[in-house]
Amino acid sequence: MQWETVIGLEVHLQLATESKIFSGSPTTFGAEPNTQASAVDLAMPGMLPVLNEQAVHYAVKFGLGIGAQISKRSVFDRKNYFYPDLPKGYQISQFEAPIVGKGSFEILMEDGSSRTIGITRAHLEEDAGKSLHEDFNNHTGIDLNRAGTPLLEIVSEPDIRNAAEAVAYLKALHSLVTYLGISDGNMAEGSMRCDVNISLRPIGSKTLGTRAEIKNVNSFRFVEKAIHHEFQRQADILEEGGKITQETRLYDADRDETRSMRSKEVANDYRYFPEPDLLPVVIDDIYIESIRKSLPELPADKRSRFTAQYGLGPYDANVLSDSRPLADYFEAVAGECGDAKIAANWVQVELLGQLNRAGVTIEKCPVSATALGQLISRILDNTISGKMAKQVFESMWKGEGDANEIIEARGLLQVSDTGAIDAIVNDVLSANAAQVQQYLDADEAKRKKLVGFFVGQVMKLSKGQANPQMVNELLAKKLI
Amino acid sequence: MHTKSVAQLVKGLRERQFSSVEVTRAYLDRIDALDSQYNSFITVDAAAALAAAGGADERLASGTANALTGIPIAHKDIFCTDGVRTSCGSRMLDNFVPPYDASVIQRFKSAGAVLLGKTNMDEFAMGSSNESSFYGPARNPWNTDLVPGGSSGGSAAAVAGLLAPAATGTDTGGSIRQPAAFCGITGLKPTYGRVSRLGIVAFASSLDQAGPMAHSAEDCAFLLNTMAGHDPLDSTSSTAATEDYCATLGDSLEGLRIGLPTEYFGEGLDVATGECINNALKELEAQGATLVEMSLPHSALTIPTYYIIAPAEASTNLARFDGVRYGYRCENPVDLHDLYSRTRQEGFGEEVKRRILVGTYALSAGYYDAYYKKAQQIRRLITQDFMHCFEQVDVIAGPTTPGPAFALGAKSDDPISMYLEDVYTLAVNLAGLPGMSLPAGFVEGKPVGLQLIGRHFSEARLLNVAHRFQQATDWHLRTPDSAKGGTL
Repeated sequence: MQWETVIGLEVHLQLATESKIFSGSPTTFGAEPNTQASAVDLAMPGMLPVLNEQAVHYAVKFGLGIGAQISKRSVFDRKNYFYPDLPKGYQISQFEAPIVGKGSFEILMEDGSSRTIGITRAHLEEDAGKSLHEDFNNHTGIDLNRAGTPLLEIVSEPDIRNAAEAVAYLKALHSLVTYLGISDGNMAEGSMRCDVNISLRPIGSKTLGTRAEIKNVNSFRFVEKAIHHEFQRQADILEEGGKITQETRLYDADRDETRSMRSKEVANDYRYFPEPDLLPVVIDDIYIESIRKSLPELPADKRSRFTAQYGLGPYDANVLSDSRPLADYFEAVAGECGDAKIAANWVQVELLGQLNRAGVTIEKCPVSATALGQLISRILDNTISGKMAKQVFESMWKGEGDANEIIEARGLLQVSDTGAIDAIVNDVLSANAAQVQQYLDADEAKRKKLVGFFVGQVMKLSKGQANPQMVNELLAKKLI
Repeated sequence: MHTKSVAQLVKGLRERQFSSVEVTRAYLDRIDALDSQYNSFITVDAAAALAAAGGADERLASGTANALTGIPIAHKDIFCTDGVRTSCGSRMLDNFVPPYDASVIQRFKSAGAVLLGKTNMDEFAMGSSNESSFYGPARNPWNTDLVPGGSSGGSAAAVAGLLAPAATGTDTGGSIRQPAAFCGITGLKPTYGRVSRLGIVAFASSLDQAGPMAHSAEDCAFLLNTMAGHDPLDSTSSTAATEDYCATLGDSLEGLRIGLPTEYFGEGLDVATGECINNALKELEAQGATLVEMSLPHSALTIPTYYIIAPAEASTNLARFDGVRYGYRCENPVDLHDLYSRTRQEGFGEEVKRRILVGTYALSAGYYDAYYKKAQQIRRLITQDFMHCFEQVDVIAGPTTPGPAFALGAKSDDPISMYLEDVYTLAVNLAGLPGMSLPAGFVEGKPVGLQLIGRHFSEARLLNVAHRFQQATDWHLRTPDSAKGGTL
């Protein structure tokens, strides 16, 4: 049978607040265990939560970014379960009245097609601490630095149909939240964690199949692999006439498989009820509008503008608008050199290629946008050839100076002096009389090939500095 | 010295009639001599108290004294005290020494008060007799075979036995007012949110409220002036302005309208207790108040409603006591489940476990709507009953308890009859209203408490009514025989 995959994603996004959601402890990643845990985070007796307004601000910002309903009154609830890294024995979350309601946003696929993915809701909650099972001589260590870090849990509709869409959704989400500046989006540090809900149904069916929830999938690549694996697992069961168990599964990246978590954990009754230590969060239109006014240009708007303003194709526009620093960089390069298409090409091919190879982010790029713009200007004004520009770029990357300095220091100026080129062309033609005769005897088609030989010789003699266009023109005149 | 009121002690210290060290030592000596009869204190650090008193005397001498400088105060062992064991009456916290002060304690320290000691209480404030304490029951100074009430039984017994001039308590369903009534003292439960809950070991977050316990309304006003006020670290604490609660104590009662709910004077009320209350009401009438019969129609639902909401909140508030970070931990746990279950099995007493089980059940999937949600709906109806009454009257009056103090052990095997002790006090917590209990007579040598209930944030008016009553009566000045010994 042909199966359709139905996927919904729950993303836990760590918000980039300076302090925790219910205490004044800092949220810095990587500190010594338990150095960023206050009496509140440790759930000492009598301690009470106080809501960090910045977290509310960020959640509203996200809601506005996906055009969602913002709840003017949202409520925190207690989600009760026992675990050593959950100090209070409950997590403060939002259950019945989340701060962000229904919204949606568009994802763009590599083939240029686009899809709209619905967002069911997004709610605020606190993160738990970490249990450390190594290095404690058969005991478990508890690090509560992360306990109380603000999270926005973003729940999508089951609108996603395959792994590629899931990855595109996550990338678009990543792009959106970093644009909004509400999260650093650092997946390696757990700033964006993903649970995948996946079910299968026969193609054409309208009813949803039984789903499995895969927890703890923490990179784009793992999401893709986990979905592929889970599709196969469920398809195998269904093909044999079996039934899918609704359960929580864990993705094991080392073995590339999903496996069932203990049924006890699946059967949790969280006994949600409104958190009596906190008042409902009440916000008004003035608050919402002031945040709306502070929104930056969002990725989708920027993408459209890049297409309209610079004449870029949808794929290029998507790549260049993926992150705000990259988009800003591109626009600065385009502004400096005055040719957006060449700027787009250089940023995507040379710059991103170099950044990827070096493992450097755009923020730490050693070549400034202005410097790259100047380099491209030298191509545009025929000072150097595109090929040479690549060498110059390499030197700029190594910090050897700006484009003009390097061009001058290396004597890379393109020779556009007719007299000088004329002399070289004459030398080449006289040194290769046999080839000249061959050329003159050949038909039009063969001539085109042979002319390349003469161009190559001229370039070789000029050490690559001769303006290729002028060489071609002179050869055309002389080879008659 | 130990017979002086807080107001008199403040005056005497200012006028250098005696020093804080002398006052503090007098109370410490009395605790030494008499508390074996009452078991009202769990922890007393005499050296620290005297050191604090010495510091207070220096400030008194240098003229930098604050409102309560040099006054020794006893605190219920539910308030976290920096460096002083805070047990909450439980084995679970028997070894727990907080590294911080509750906001209430901080306020008393800023006002210059001396921390005299930590008083006995029902375990985690769950009880009406002080019998659920891990440290054994406190006893009633009027008759040590009787319970002092609970859960703030130690504070009530300490004040009644003249072992402290005043004390703090907390009241989730009557835990200040009922022991105040049983021990013949005055106690005030302020409006929910009037006093910060930060640093008070939580029982039921939406009901808990701290308040003063002393001999007179005037002394309660003195303490409330220090305790009341907004705390940015307690999100449920009110930003409503506080008042000088002493300023209006003497106001006339002329024109005061007092509501008498028929439900508080019907079946279940001990006849002799009812007579004391009626006599007290006559005194208020004589001072110009009008008595108005009225009804709180949902009163019968109060106990079941309370015993859903309070245990539900408690069941999750007490989840943090898991043996992982502080407090009691069972010996040699074999695994995580064993650590949790034995720690909680061994660390909690029977009544606490009963309420955790009830609360867990009430919040469980499939029962939540029928219990917790329904209880919250009824809670709103109960609150509306009061709001309707306050359209016609200024305060509501009635008995604090159905009868006077009962014998130790009389109800300890019968939780339902124990819960009925709080039939007149619970609704006040559900509605978040201020309520107080003041001495209104005796039945066979056992004190009777008159309860006054006011509108939200009307503490000043309640204290005014109580003070005027106490100007005309001397019930609050009576001293139990058992307290007459000890060093003077």
